[in-house]
Amino acid sequence: MAALEIHNVRKEFGSERVLKDVSISIDSGEFLILVGPSGCGKSTLMNAIAGLEPVTSGNIYIDGEDVTWRPPADRDIAMVFQSYALYPSMSVRQNISFGLEMRKVPKAEREAAVERVADLLQITHLLERKPAQLSGGQRQRVAMGRALAREPKVYLFDEPLSNLDAKLRVDMRTEIKKLHQRLGTTIVYVTHDQVEAMTLADCIAVMRDGHILQLGSPDEVYNNPVDMFVAGFMGSPSMNFIRATLEDSNGGYQLRIATPGEEELVLPWPEARIAPDMAERLNQPVILGLRPEHFSEEDERLTSQAEGTLLSASVAVVEPTGADILLRLPLGEQEVTARVGPKCAVVAGERLSLRVDMGRAILFDAETEQRIA
Amino acid sequence: MANVIRRQTPAARLSRGLLYGVLILAALFYILPLVVMLMTSVKPLSEISAGSLLSLPQNPTLAPWTKAWGEACTGMRCDGVGGYFWNSFAIVIPAVLISTTIGALNGYALTKWRFKGSELVFALMLFGCFIPFQVVLLPMAQTLGWLGISSSRAGLILVHVVFGIAFTTLFFRNFYVGIPNELVSAAKLDGAGFFRIFWRILLPVSAPIIVVSVIWQFTQIWNDFLFGVAFSAHNTQPVTVALNNLVNTSTGVREYNVDMAAAMIAALPTLVVYVLAGKYFVRGLTAGSVKG
Repeated sequence: MAALEIHNVRKEFGSERVLKDVSISIDSGEFLILVGPSGCGKSTLMNAIAGLEPVTSGNIYIDGEDVTWRPPADRDIAMVFQSYALYPSMSVRQNISFGLEMRKVPKAEREAAVERVADLLQITHLLERKPAQLSGGQRQRVAMGRALAREPKVYLFDEPLSNLDAKLRVDMRTEIKKLHQRLGTTIVYVTHDQVEAMTLADCIAVMRDGHILQLGSPDEVYNNPVDMFVAGFMGSPSMNFIRATLEDSNGGYQLRIATPGEEELVLPWPEARIAPDMAERLNQPVILGLRPEHFSEEDERLTSQAEGTLLSASVAVVEPTGADILLRLPLGEQEVTARVGPKCAVVAGERLSLRVDMGRAILFDAETEQRIA
Repeated sequence: MANVIRRQTPAARLSRGLLYGVLILAALFYILPLVVMLMTSVKPLSEISAGSLLSLPQNPTLAPWTKAWGEACTGMRCDGVGGYFWNSFAIVIPAVLISTTIGALNGYALTKWRFKGSELVFALMLFGCFIPFQVVLLPMAQTLGWLGISSSRAGLILVHVVFGIAFTTLFFRNFYVGIPNELVSAAKLDGAGFFRIFWRILLPVSAPIIVVSVIWQFTQIWNDFLFGVAFSAHNTQPVTVALNNLVNTSTGVREYNVDMAAAMIAALPTLVVYVLAGKYFVRGLTAGSVKG
């Protein structure tokens, strides 16, 4: 049975429609991430699940029960807030046990729950402290502890890592993932950070303007985006969108990229990936989507086995990140980002031979921004 | 101060000296009335009529104080201001507690349980801060009559509570606006209700604004004269009214020393409250504007 089911939920503030017919269903133990730019409705959806804001229409089911009109306390959920929302006047111990106390759990059981959670999150030595005496990372742990103590059916995380510094964020991210693997909890997690979404989720819902654009596994969302928005939102640096014209080439297809005054640039479209819609777009403008890692440095030793189409371009900017190097290169009238290995010795201004893995390229309609192939 | 960098030329020192001189003179000027009151209150009457206002008392005596407290005539009765002093407490303490409690609940509801029109309700309540006392004297007298509590302490308490709520609501509302709503959301998810959240989450962090509200209300109500004179009987009068009666009662020679002692007695509680809790008052008023 689905642990959480959202049926045609709409939310309106006056005439403004914040959620437009959202439906999601996740199984018990699944990690769902709601991701999208600010104002896309993801936090509103989270608040609707939590019961902090009523929906305009639609239904929400938790573990098969309709909870649409139940107050937050009766939904068997726990939430970790962006600001942690620890009760400032209470010690860590009281913070963790408050929810149990409100539910009239006997003291001995409460104590046991606090010990169990503190042990799990390694905060036993902090139990007597007040929130003001804790660092950001420690507060984050306590906030999770407060949620874990109640053992609810569904956990809600509202951008829980956005107030931490970069290093701590990566550590806590791993920790949340470990915790999820260990406890098998059902989690709904809101973030605007696509790296968090990719690394944590079993299932990602990419949202925009109150719609869910795509719901799928991280792999699907990343490699098979439904439109240009999803493609551009997921991945950093983001996907290159190159304006091109779709042409016929001996029964197959090829893409011509406009290069005024330079040698022509034509990329063949792999036969295996021809879609039926392509025929009607012959000689029309399309958008070619290539991720930075779809480019690779031409290696002469491997030429015989190398896949992909060779092209050469002059390098405008070289940005080494340590693990790899990002190159900015003009391709026709646009500049694209390519990710190459850290050993690449190219200098800005030089020309470089690159291979493009057209087998992973994605084609979008230039007007509707929807995917063609 | 050692932690300020300033020029050390003779001219700079001279101008600094002048600055301090002016400031000290201004301070003396402001403290003078209090000094005169204190000195006059411990002088025997003969010294007052003979000497100047500023002369030091030659034979200090506490007799004017004991007379002001227990024997001086206020109108028809001659039992001092002592009884009225306690009257004032009996009015001020309940009025302060009730108005602060209601203000806290109002502020909490207006910020953490917003409803349609809550901003309008707040704006209307703010209006109450600007209504002059005189305007409500007659309708209030009528209301107290209907309620059957005219000329009683309960009536005066009610008047002060009604007038105080506007200010206490303003204080608490502005304080609670700065407290994150997520705290309340978290407590709702944890299963706490309206009063439980207030009692367990909000109230424990409200100390600064409670101090502000209590000092403000205490000072306002203690110093009130108009409501005191309009809505009290002779046995429920606050000390401010008694002081007025004492000063205005003419029985031959005017006893300035007793008047001064009575005035000091009437002013003492607000002074004490401010001296004891003044720093929390300033801290509470600025709470929220600076983090940490």
